[in-house]
Amino acid sequence: MTRIPLLAGLLILSSAALAETADTAQSLAQPCAACHGQKGQGGMGAYPHLAGLGETYLKRQLDAFASGQRDNPIMKPMASGLSDAQRATLARYFSKQSPAAPGSNPPADNGAGAELVRHGRWQDDIPACVQCHGPDARGIGKDFPGLAGQPAGYLQDQLKAWRNGKRQGDPQGLMSAVAKRLDDADLAAVADYLASLSAAPGQEGQP
Amino acid sequence: MNKSHPLLIVIGGCVLLGSVATGLGYWLTGGGPQSFRSDIVVHNSDGSPDSPPQASSPESASATDNTGAGPDAGPPPRSAIPDNEFGALVRKGEQIFADPGQYAGQYVGNDLRCQSCHFDAGRYDKTAPMRAAWPMYPAYRSKNQHVNDFAERLQGCFTYSMNGKAPPRGSDILQALEAYSFWLAKGTTVGESLPSKGFPDIGKPQQAPSYERGQAVFQANCALCHGADGQGQQAADGGYGFPPLWGKHSYNWGAGMHKVETAARFIKAAMPLGNPALTEQQAWDVAFFVNSHERPQDPRFDGSVQGTAKQFHHHDYARYGQSVDGQVLGSQAPPSATVP
Ligand code: HEC
Ligand code: HEC
Ligand code: HEC
Ligand code: HEC
Repeated sequence: MTRIPLLAGLLILSSAALAETADTAQSLAQPCAACHGQKGQGGMGAYPHLAGLGETYLKRQLDAFASGQRDNPIMKPMASGLSDAQRATLARYFSKQSPAAPGSNPPADNGAGAELVRHGRWQDDIPACVQCHGPDARGIGKDFPGLAGQPAGYLQDQLKAWRNGKRQGDPQGLMSAVAKRLDDADLAAVADYLASLSAAPGQEGQP
Repeated sequence: MNKSHPLLIVIGGCVLLGSVATGLGYWLTGGGPQSFRSDIVVHNSDGSPDSPPQASSPESASATDNTGAGPDAGPPPRSAIPDNEFGALVRKGEQIFADPGQYAGQYVGNDLRCQSCHFDAGRYDKTAPMRAAWPMYPAYRSKNQHVNDFAERLQGCFTYSMNGKAPPRGSDILQALEAYSFWLAKGTTVGESLPSKGFPDIGKPQQAPSYERGQAVFQANCALCHGADGQGQQAADGGYGFPPLWGKHSYNWGAGMHKVETAARFIKAAMPLGNPALTEQQAWDVAFFVNSHERPQDPRFDGSVQGTAKQFHHHDYARYGQSVDGQVLGSQAPPSATVP
């Protein structure tokens, strides 16, 4: 893990939190850029992008980091340092940013991952990921986050976290139920395929 | 309710089928008239389920407990679709099934897809799979009081579930859907019902279904996806998201799903998506609630709600023609068959 952005983030964050008067969304979001990219658009290696994810989803994550329902040593202090209103402001801000423009790489040619994402594996009662995450895995509404273009390692970590209980509080337990039905071999396959899709429209060859 | 008795059906000549694309040719083995015996379910006059009650729980309805003939292998994998003309028609059928709005748009009058109700493009064994349907046609249907072949059964889906218009017999849309269903049914026995046929059975409700309890179940378990107003949600990029459960973009008052029991069986087996864990009573209650909302008119509407209700809506807990909040269901129904 990169320590410099973490420290920088904490420093800027605490000063921003102190200066309640400068509580605009942009200034609150400033420290996040070190890990989540400008306007939360990502491109920072293993860190997820935030731009364009649903507002309710983002707020729920910040709350879950703070409460420990989503167990993460980096985000926990970040989220705990924010008031409820600030978390809401940030969730709204990042949900309104557009995801990064598509790159030129074609989707990974990965049979098993693509099959699970697009069709699921219904003989094991596993729905297709796209049924809840949208036809191009770019999300549905405020609760169902886009997965397209998130770093593969990050996606895989999340699926593992649901399986071992380190991530909880997903609405109606839907995502944990799905994650628990996947095999170990599925995790890398779906993560690689989803990571190769673009978070913003405009690329050929999407599912 | 349902009594079954054998019925002798003769397919004469295959004249109509003869026009099916050449790729289907090998299916019509022999080419001459064939006859077979088939156990056909007779329905009560309101058009009750096309299938006898299924195993009592989703688990036991799995395709692996096909008594007698050994476990059902399920449909062949997608990768097994052959690379020839027949395979091309099968693929086209799958595309139509997965997205009829795009591939058969002129016959579709709502925002649903065949796979909104028959998951995984009609492959999933708990949502009335095509594999189990194909070998059981031709079959008598009380809904239209005659023996329907598979093409006519498909036409009914467009008229009712899709609130659209029936594609003509012999059209490439019906041919593609038939080729696809035929291919999914590979290895099944003609005239023998698989345990997966229809939606899994559900026990009778312990208490009469209730609107208020159904509303509470809906808010806690369904609104997340289908919206507090039941109108569904679009995906972030405007594509298909979660389908509407009532209103002018959903199935109409003649569709199988408008019946409380049919909806209860589907919901118990398949909703909430990915984690169907409602009790049977909750499934009945929420099915009752969902079907207590206005939706497109019954295509068999005879000009009067009460008349239409009397003729076609006397199944258990029928909602059409009943009053909800002082408004008679069916009286404000948007028109049916609103195809583009
Ligand atoms: C030092 C790096 C760092 C900084 C600075 C940082 N984050 Fe994070 N963030 C992470 C990491 C690492 C994760 C992944 C956590 C995990 O694996 O569960 C994450 C995850 C998230 C998530 C969940 C994303 C998803 O798709 O579920 C949100 C929301 C989030 N961060 C918001 C913020 C906000 C808002 C800020 C600024 C106030 C911020 N982060 C600053 C490292 C950082
Ligand atoms: C039944 C609906 C449903 C299905 C099907 C589903 N998901 Fe999810 N998924 C969710 C919900 C809801 C969330 C948000 C959870 C939360 O708010 O904590 C989520 C979140 C996620 C996340 C976290 C995203 C992030 O930014 O941290 C990943 C990764 C994920 N899903 C992967 C998958 C994969 C892979 C599949 C297919 C195998 C899949 N999902 C299928 C409902 C679903
Ligand atoms: C709103 C939900 C819904 C939609 C959409 C829908 N159906 Fe159905 N379908 C049903 C119901 C309910 C039944 C009756 C199942 C039963 O009897 O248990 C059924 C039955 C069938 C059957 C007969 C099954 C059997 O076992 O006899 C076929 C074939 C069929 N549908 C095909 C289609 C096709 C093709 C489409 C798209 C053009 C479609 N359906 C769209 C709900 C739907
Ligand atoms: C996680 C999201 C989710 C939840 C929660 C959910 N559904 Fe669904 N539902 C879907 C999806 C997605 C489909 C269509 C499947 C497809 O097209 O892939 C569907 C289809 C349906 C259909 C048939 C199509 C239509 O529009 O009429 C009915 C009826 C239905 N759901 C009822 C319910 C009920 C009742 C509940 C609550 C008990 C519920 N659903 C909860 C996602 C959900």
